[in-house]
Amino acid sequence: MTAVSMTVNGKAVTADVEPRTLLVQYIREKLRLTGTHVGCDTSQCGACVVHVDGLAVKSCTVLAVQAEGAEVLTIEGLARDGKLHPVQEAFREHHGLQCGFCTPGMIMTAVDMIRRHPGGLEEKTIRAELEGNLCRCTGYHNIVKAIEAASQTLQHREAAE
Amino acid sequence: MYQFTYHRPASLADAEKLFTGADDPKFLGGGQTLIPTLKQRLASPSDVIDLAAIPELSGIVAASGAVAIGAGTRHADVAASAEVRKAIPALADLAGWIGDPLVRHRGTIGGSIANADPSADYPAAVVALNATIYTTKRAIAADAFFTGMFETALQPGEIVTKIVFPVAEKAGYEKFRNPASRYAIVGVFVARTASGVRVAVTGAAPSVFRQTEMETALAKSFTPEAIAGIKVPADGLNADLHATAEYRAHLVTVMARRAVARALG
Ligand SMILES: Cc1cc2nc3c(=O)[nH]c(=O)nc-3n(C[C@H](O)[C@H](O)[C@H](O)COP(=O)(O)OP(=O)(O)OC[C@H]3O[C@@H](n4cnc5c(N)ncnc54)[C@H](O)[C@@H]3O)c2cc1C
Ligand code: FES
Ligand code: FES
Repeated sequence: MTAVSMTVNGKAVTADVEPRTLLVQYIREKLRLTGTHVGCDTSQCGACVVHVDGLAVKSCTVLAVQAEGAEVLTIEGLARDGKLHPVQEAFREHHGLQCGFCTPGMIMTAVDMIRRHPGGLEEKTIRAELEGNLCRCTGYHNIVKAIEAASQTLQHREAAE
Repeated sequence: MYQFTYHRPASLADAEKLFTGADDPKFLGGGQTLIPTLKQRLASPSDVIDLAAIPELSGIVAASGAVAIGAGTRHADVAASAEVRKAIPALADLAGWIGDPLVRHRGTIGGSIANADPSADYPAAVVALNATIYTTKRAIAADAFFTGMFETALQPGEIVTKIVFPVAEKAGYEKFRNPASRYAIVGVFVARTASGVRVAVTGAAPSVFRQTEMETALAKSFTPEAIAGIKVPADGLNADLHATAEYRAHLVTVMARRAVARALG
């Protein structure tokens, strides 16, 4: 067992883990934050996306011990004061989900994508940036629309501030 | 995944010492190949030595006709680097086309070339640009580095520290991607420098290789038309459920033509 400490959704957490524990197992099984999903065995689906030190990564392809000292943000950490994050709001508004299994990963990828494109996002860029996230239900169309809308909302908000 | 002991050394010297003292150790870069391999139980190292906390492995330095990239530099950082974009735009393009944004946020250039996957992208740039690979033991020329399928000149315990890419007059990369994995079914990197033209092909064969017939033709005339008629033999090329050897052979010429057009564009 190895002691590992990190910050998850703003809270400091410490635990003993086996080095082979994946970050996603740690988040789901130890911290009981089950919004982060596991959809594959091959690092391809993106259902497990969380942010580590501000970057979107596949938490099924990171060891918990690699996140020692890191700031981790999961889907549970997005809403503030009972209000959905603008990206979550846009997925609801634009019907960007059906079964919802891929949604936490899609939203965490979208938040990262919008942050890296402060000048706004075109449909083509959004589709290319979603290459690491698979959805078996929606056909992606409404997911793309939701991200486009959220990117605009966030741009306006920044401009207003 | 099997059990292992995890280490995070803070210096190259400590990493080497840990390697020597362990039974069956493995270095860990960004983990985007090694962790999936461990998950499938295709490897069972006794010790995993994480290179992420070693400061000597990070950083991009552009100076006097070359760009030096630390082995621990992530694909996303190469793609977004203003220095790389300015000096060798084709290299920034290549890094930005690896996998997906999530993989690019963790995977490193050192891990990619040490792994030497037959369909990885970086090997094509390393060979076409005639880069030099620096390790904890020596400097290795690109042509001597990739020795076979998942095989390199690296010895056990040898760590890639940086890769130095000479700046080219013109360079371009094109890949025909596997739509599921994004790896190259065929990728071709062309580069023209003062010392000539180099054409490196990845994805098509067990290891990256130079297409010398195209190099000769492009040295005479650096245009897509100069190589349009070149027929690459299918002997020895990879065949799998994604593409036959004949199809890959055909793609080499198509990708090379497009790479030259991109280099000129
Ligand atoms: C979904 C997915 C899609 C991908 N698509 C592509 C793609 O389109 N193109 C592509 O080229 N790659 C692709 N990859 C692979 C990716 O680029 C990996 O990042 C890369 O192959 C390995 O780099 P790493 O830093 O993650 O290394 P790791 O996985 O940590 O290590 C790989 C190997 O290299 C060794 N190693 C690591 N660093 C060093 C070092 N400094 N010195 C010596 N040995 C070292 C390790 O011991 C291990 O054997 C993909 C991966 C995934 C999961
Ligand atoms: S669970 Fe599929 S990529 Fe992580
Ligand atoms: S909504 Fe069902 S997988 Fe995306």
